[in-house]
Order: sequence, then C-alpha cells, then structure tokens
Amino acid sequence: MNVKDDTLRPGMAPCLDDEDDGEKGVSSFRQILNRIVRNKLAMSGGIIFMAICLLAILAPLIAPYDWETINPANKYASPSAEHWFGTDQYGRDIFSRVICGGRWSIGMGVFGTLCSTLLGVIIGSIAGYFGGVVDTVIMRIIDIVQCIPGILLTLCIAVLLGSGFVNTVIALSFGGIWGTARMLRGQILTVRKAEYVEAARAVNNKSPRIILKHVLPNAIQPTIINACMSVGGTIMGASGLSFLGLGVQPPLPEWGAMLSDGRLYMRYYPMMLIAPCMMIALTILSISFFGDGLRDAMDPRLKE
Amino acid sequence: MKDEINEEHSKHEKHDIQNKHNKRDKPGRHGRHRFHHDHGDELLKVEHLSVEYTAGKKTVHAVNDVSFDIRSGESLGIVGESGCGKSTIAKAILRILPDRGARISDGSIYYEGLDLAHMPEKKLEHIRGSRISMVFQDPMTALNPVKRVIQQVSSVIALHNPGISKREAVKRGTEMLKRVGITPDRSRDYPHQFSGGMQQRVEVAIALSCNPDLLLADEPTTALDVTIQAQVLDMMKDLMRQRNTALLLITHNLGIVAETCDYVAVIYGGEIVESGSREEIFDNPAHPYTIGLFGAIPDINTDTDRLQPIKGIMPEPTELPPGCKFHTRCPYATEECLDEPVPVAELGGKHKCKCHNISAVKANQAGEVIV
Amino acid sequence: MSALLEIKGIKRYFEMPKGALHAVDDVNMTFEEGTTMGVVGESGCGKSTLARTIIHLQKPTAGKIYFEGQDVTYPSRRELPKLREQMQIIFQDPYMTLNPRYTVEDTLKEPLILSSRHQKADLDTQIRKLMDMVGISGKLRMAYPHELSGGRRQRVGIGRAIAMNPKFIACDEPVSALDVSIQAQIINLLQDLQKEFGLTYMFVTHDMSVVRHISHNISVMYLGQLVETSPAKELFSKTLHPYSRALLSAIPSINIHKPKQRVLLKGELISPINPKPGCRFALRCPYAAETCANPQKLEELLPGHFVSCCRARELNPAHCADGISTMAT
Repeated sequence: MNVKDDTLRPGMAPCLDDEDDGEKGVSSFRQILNRIVRNKLAMSGGIIFMAICLLAILAPLIAPYDWETINPANKYASPSAEHWFGTDQYGRDIFSRVICGGRWSIGMGVFGTLCSTLLGVIIGSIAGYFGGVVDTVIMRIIDIVQCIPGILLTLCIAVLLGSGFVNTVIALSFGGIWGTARMLRGQILTVRKAEYVEAARAVNNKSPRIILKHVLPNAIQPTIINACMSVGGTIMGASGLSFLGLGVQPPLPEWGAMLSDGRLYMRYYPMMLIAPCMMIALTILSISFFGDGLRDAMDPRLKE
Repeated sequence: MKDEINEEHSKHEKHDIQNKHNKRDKPGRHGRHRFHHDHGDELLKVEHLSVEYTAGKKTVHAVNDVSFDIRSGESLGIVGESGCGKSTIAKAILRILPDRGARISDGSIYYEGLDLAHMPEKKLEHIRGSRISMVFQDPMTALNPVKRVIQQVSSVIALHNPGISKREAVKRGTEMLKRVGITPDRSRDYPHQFSGGMQQRVEVAIALSCNPDLLLADEPTTALDVTIQAQVLDMMKDLMRQRNTALLLITHNLGIVAETCDYVAVIYGGEIVESGSREEIFDNPAHPYTIGLFGAIPDINTDTDRLQPIKGIMPEPTELPPGCKFHTRCPYATEECLDEPVPVAELGGKHKCKCHNISAVKANQAGEVIV
Repeated sequence: MSALLEIKGIKRYFEMPKGALHAVDDVNMTFEEGTTMGVVGESGCGKSTLARTIIHLQKPTAGKIYFEGQDVTYPSRRELPKLREQMQIIFQDPYMTLNPRYTVEDTLKEPLILSSRHQKADLDTQIRKLMDMVGISGKLRMAYPHELSGGRRQRVGIGRAIAMNPKFIACDEPVSALDVSIQAQIINLLQDLQKEFGLTYMFVTHDMSVVRHISHNISVMYLGQLVETSPAKELFSKTLHPYSRALLSAIPSINIHKPKQRVLLKGELISPINPKPGCRFALRCPYAAETCANPQKLEELLPGHFVSCCRARELNPAHCADGISTMAT
C-alpha cells in the first residue's frame, strides 16, 4: 500500500481522506421523510388524512347526491345501499353532506393554522432577531393577549365578526399566533448564538439574509411540529364554533353544525350524529398520528 | 480471623477515618464476606468482551474481543480517540449501557470471581456505586442540579450502607467533601454554584464515598482547564493511593495517561491494539497506530517542523474492515492485513501488540526512517 | 516584517445587572505579517472575546485597532464589509460552525458571492479550487454537515474563511474539539496555507503543546488581562510570569522520565465583575506581595518579551544573564 506523504503540492492540500463512504447530499429534509415513511402509524395517519382531504376536495364530483337537495319524502332513512349513511330530517343524504362538509371543517382548520403560523413566525422572528426594545414590546403584548383564555378570545372575536368562513378563520387563528410567536422567538434566541450565524456575519451577510437563510431554517422545526398538531385542534375549534351557532351556519354541512342538528335526533336517528362525529374523530386522530411521527422523526437525538 | 482482617485494615487504611465504621468485613446481605484486597490482588478481569449496538438493521461493533485485567491498587489507562469504544467498555463493566439497542454480545467481566456481564440486576446494585463506581466527563450533567451537594454524597452513602442513620451519612459525606477540597460551609450549595473543577471534585467525592475497590473514570478532566485538571488529578491520585483504590482511566490524552497510570491499553476500532506497562508503551511503542499517535502530538520538549498525522479517518463503526481495523491508515500494511485475523504478539514483560508486521515496524523505527 | 495588525488598550466590558464584566481589559498585541500569534489562557481569560472583538464581530468598549496602519476601531458602514474581507475567523466547534441546512457548496459559495471582488463567471471552478486547497474530496460537494466528520467540517470552515482572500485569520481553538490524529492534519493545513498565502494568524487555544508548535509569538492571558507575551520557544525556556509558570507546569507531559515540578495553584478565579485594580492572579499566586494590589504594567524584560508582574524582575534574577529560568521563592 503506498504511503501518501503529507507534502504540499503547490496550491493544493493533500486529500488525506478521500477514501469515501456512502451517499452524500441527503438533506435532513429527506432524512426526516425517510424516517416518517418507516413509521407505519404515522404513515397510515398521513395517508388517511390525505384521503379525507382528497374526498373533501373532490366532494362535489364524487358525492352521490347534492348536499343541499331536500327530499322530505325520504326523511330519517336508515343507512342503505342508496343512502350509505341514511338521510337527515330534511331527507338530505348524510354521506354526501358529510364529505362535502369536510371542505368547510378541514378548510377552516387548515387555513386557521396556516394564518396563525405565518403571522406567528413573522412576529416571532422580528422579536427574536432584533431583540432589545422591539423584543420587549412584542413579548409584553403577547403576555397580555395570552392572559385571556383561548376559548373566550376565539368566541368573542367570532361574535364580533359574525359567522362565515373567513370570519371564523380569523377568529380561530387569532389565538394561535401568540403561542407560535413565543415558541419561534425562543428557538431564534438559541440559534442566534450558534457559531454559523456568527460566521455568516463574518462573511458579510446582511441581517435579512441571515434571518432568512441561516436563522429561520434552523429555528423553524418545532414550529412545524406545533402547526401540524394544531390542525387537529383548529378543526375541533371550527366544529365547536359551528356547533354553538357561530362559525358556519346551516344549511352548510359543516361537521360541527351537523352535530348540533343531530343532537336533537340522537335517540331515534343516531346516524345524524354518528356520521359527523366519526369524521371529526377520524380526521383528528389521523393527523395526530402523523404529527407524532413527524415529531419523532425530527427529534435531533435520534441519530443512527 | 476477624482480628487478622482488622489488622490488615489498619495497615492499609490508617488515615481513613471513615473506615472506623466500615462494614466491609461484616457479612453482606447474601452472607458472603467481602474480602479486603491486598495490593496486587487481581481485582477485575475482562475476557474477550464484545459489545454491540443495534439501531434498526445496522449493528455497530463498538467493542471487539477486548481482554485486560486490573489488580487492586493499580491504574490502567485506556487511550483512544473518539468513537473507538473506550467509554463503552466502562459502561459495560458497570452494566449501564442503554437498555435498548446495546448488549454484551460476548465475553465475561470477572470481579471477585463473579461474572458481571451475566449477573442479575439485583446483585449488581450492591456492586455499582459501592464496590465499583464511576466518574463521568461532564460534571454539569452528571450532578443533579436540584439537590444540594451534601445530599448527593450522603444519599449514596446511605444507599450502600443500609441501617445507617441520616446524621451519620451526612457526617461521612461532609468528611468526604472536605477531603476533596470542599469546605463544610459550601457543602449545602447547589452544583451550579460551583465551578467546573469543583463540580468534578464533588463527583469524585460521590464516587469514592463508599470506598470502592475500583474507580472508573471516563474522561474526568477533559472539560476542565489545564491548571484545574492538574489539581483534580492530583487529588484523585492522593485519595486513591490512601485507600488502595484501583483506577481505570479512559482518556484520549496521552499526557494524562503518562502521569497517572501504571499500565496502558491503546484502543482502535473497538480493539486493544497494544497494551503494556507505561514504560513499555511510552519508551517502545510497537503498534503503528500508537506510533502514529505519538507522531501526531506536538511534543513540548522537541521541535518539529511538521507533525506526522495519521492519514485518513477512523472507519465508521458500522463498516469496520475485516482483518486489521487499522490497515486502511497504516503505512506498514501488507496483504495479510486486509482480511487475515491479527495475532497478538508478546513483546516481553506485559507488553502485547496486535499486528502482523511488528518486526518491520520495529526495524523502521530503529532505522529512524520517517514514513 | 511589518505589523499587519496592532491593538492597543483594547477593553471589552459586558454590562451585567451586578456591574461591568471585564472580559478583556487593556490588552496590547502586535501581529506581524505572515506570523502566528498564539493566545493562551484558561476559561474566562477573554481570549475568545478578544478574537471576536478584533475582527469586528463585537464592538470594543475602549482601545484602538490598527490594520495596515489605519485606525479601524469603529469602521463606517461602507468600510466594514471591505474590512471583514480582510479579517476572517475559524471557530472551535465543528458541529456548530456550519449551517446544518447548507451543503458544502452552499457554505463555500456564500463568501464568494458576497465578496466585493466577486466574479460571476466560473464560481464553480473557484469552489473546486477552495475544496482542493483545504483537502476536501470533490465527492463531498453536495454533502450536508451531518454527513461529515469533525475534521472535514473544520476543513469546510477553513475553506469558508479563506474564500474571501483575507490577510488575517482569528483561529478560535480550531483543533480543540478534534481527535489527536485529525488535529495534526488541520494544524499542518493551517501552516501550509500560511506559507502559501502569507496569512497572519491569531491562534487561540488552551493547549500549550499545540501553541508552541504553531506560533511565532505567544501571549498569555488571565482573567481578561495580558500577563506575558514573548517569542514562542522562549516562553517555555524563560517563563517569567508566575501564572505562565503554573500553566506550563500543569500540562501533562508524555515524557515519563522527566520528573515534573508542578506548581499547584490554590483557590479559585476571582470574579471578573467589577474587579479591583491590581493583579487578578495575586490571590492564587505563590509569590504574591503587597505591591500586587497596584495596577500592573507591561514591561519589556527581554527583547520582545513583555511581562505584567511587579515581582518578575526580582523573581528571575538570572534570566537576563544566561536565560536560566529559575524562580526564587
């Protein structure tokens, strides 16, 4: 075996360790993806959630019946081959209503989370990166807002703004902004101290670029997990608001609204209650499994 | 019989006030007498120890067929770089490897004739902390941040001396802390109120509080400043000399080994590639890796223009090469090094070396050809 | 050789609730072009803070920095980027020195793009050249930090530092976190680069054997103050300050046949918050006297050899004559 002498070739340093091993270029994003794929529970959760979302999106095309059409002649029908979940008090097909209703329920849940995460990230980044007075002011605002119980806050805003898709999304997202901001700010404070951020300054990076390319990508992980887990809660919140008569109004087949209706007919026509209940449960369960898997996959201590 | 043992006690532990109440020669829980170890008795004998970690489908052979022994009162230094498996050996001896994924796949660890590797957990509890104890690298994480320092020492004493009163345990604990240089007025402080060096002293106090026969120290001073390191090592050596405690010191620092240990074992890729007395290793290193290590360290007493690094990097523990683990980086490697199992050669005294080409290496070194 | 960089009376204080933390206190240093100034000391001595202050990652509280003769202590917004290109830094921890989301290519590309001498063309070739210079195989171009060993990461860090063609590089314990065999590789690399490009290094470390090997001059710091500075080899043969003496004697030596006379220090470091004037080492010094309570001055006791100790002369009577360093008790 020839000995590689450690002398300098002009302009070059010896590649003392070029006997290389393994495939490189696997970003941590891909790594996380690989880990999730191996987690069966997470994958089933993810697939089920995707299926439900797909169902909701394609609902107008797939649904056997129109969710609005009243058919009083066939009200209170039990589940059958024609009406898989039976019909409600106006003879509307429950199955069609339930899968169409997903558009509102999941829609409000996802958009609500998206808005709160986006705004939370922006506010948290500003507070975390600039520090000083800016940080103090923002944190005190967050402290004050977070003193108000979340449910109360959401309810008040919903009442103020009234019902409707957009208003409900605003009401739902408002409460989540502050927690996200605080969490991200904390992460940024940690990442800011890292040597690679100092190095980025040393090579003449300007502040915006440092935040975007060095700080945020490394601080965002817990926020992503948090967002994923919140979708379930926000869907619940949307259904809750509709159940109470805020949120989305009947005759829209939002699951919470359907629950509110079905409550009255629970004893004799349970399917009216069970169907939306089942959908809510399935949706939230599946995304929780996925969120758990995501959190495990992102755990930095899980090194092979 | 008891008188003889007591006499031996007073001979070896004259200065040890703590041992006034030492229950060492009383029958233990299982009715066995714990024997007092004379200096030079064989205390720990590790034979063909192999430890592996499994993560999913991959298996990491952290420790491969390692054998060594330590006599009471002696000190053995295990030297190696990161990832060579040295910490794993210490953890295997104390059986504190992680539950899931790590296991002793082969070999035995004999302590007082009992095989620790296959001992049930219950029995191990009597040995861990009282007969064999350990000092870890990072004192900040090894100490409990919410317990006062005296509590941490006294609770260990109370744990291994059933029936002792709380006051007595605290008294012994305070005494122990004094010996490591922590005054009683600071014994009620919390770990974070101490500097790194002081925290490490607390760790040593905890480890030596029950008068163990053997102390395992895993890089005990790596996190400390050089002057503090000197203080802590000196203190450890003193205390251990007083109590005839044996030492297994794990480190990557050859200087510390030179100053602290009687015997040395060099580890690479989970195997002991060379072992022997301190003089044998430092005066006549035989294995190319050991020689490479010495060449790579700038020596304060000699001037060199250029260091002689060992080319390449340590192989991944999941992909250890067959044959000699070092052959990919070895300047003396020959055909047989690739996949032939490597014999252990006896070089006289306690000096052993695991290499195919010892004579070639020796000739090279003697001719002072720098490869 | 002229002085590339000179710092005079640099102070860096941090405001804490209890008072001012004197991280760096009144330090003078001269960096000759093409040489390495080793800066040694233990934790809390301020060497890392000093490094960061010199290259403008932190603002000095007081004092002056002269680069190529110009006063660059408080550079303007326009001057700072150009100055930064001349003065770079290499960090200690290979695990935190690289952005985990950046490939090797990204990390090396960034300083090239942000450099004022940026040439859009053949960025590719420049990156390849950089990788060659620091000894990273081309196959690792798209690798992420978590796929690289500590030594390789450090090489990437060095590549990033030399990408902008600096004249001065502050090396903050660049090999302390690496294995011994890799340390040697990196030390050789740094020396080779110095020879090739005439770089000036400030080499901060706590490892005395490494610093002796690589430095032309060495400065010893204790609790923010400079206690001794001298040509490298001379520090070891003629150690004049009591702290330097203790520091050197504390190094574990692999020479088993040379008996060691260890100077064991007693006590702990005093607090760097609102310290009293005078020598901060006095409380632990085996030679402390009353005069030690006065502010100490840096005196040149031998050519190029400065010591900040009021008793240094009397404790080293023989040094001027024939250089035997024995410390009288």
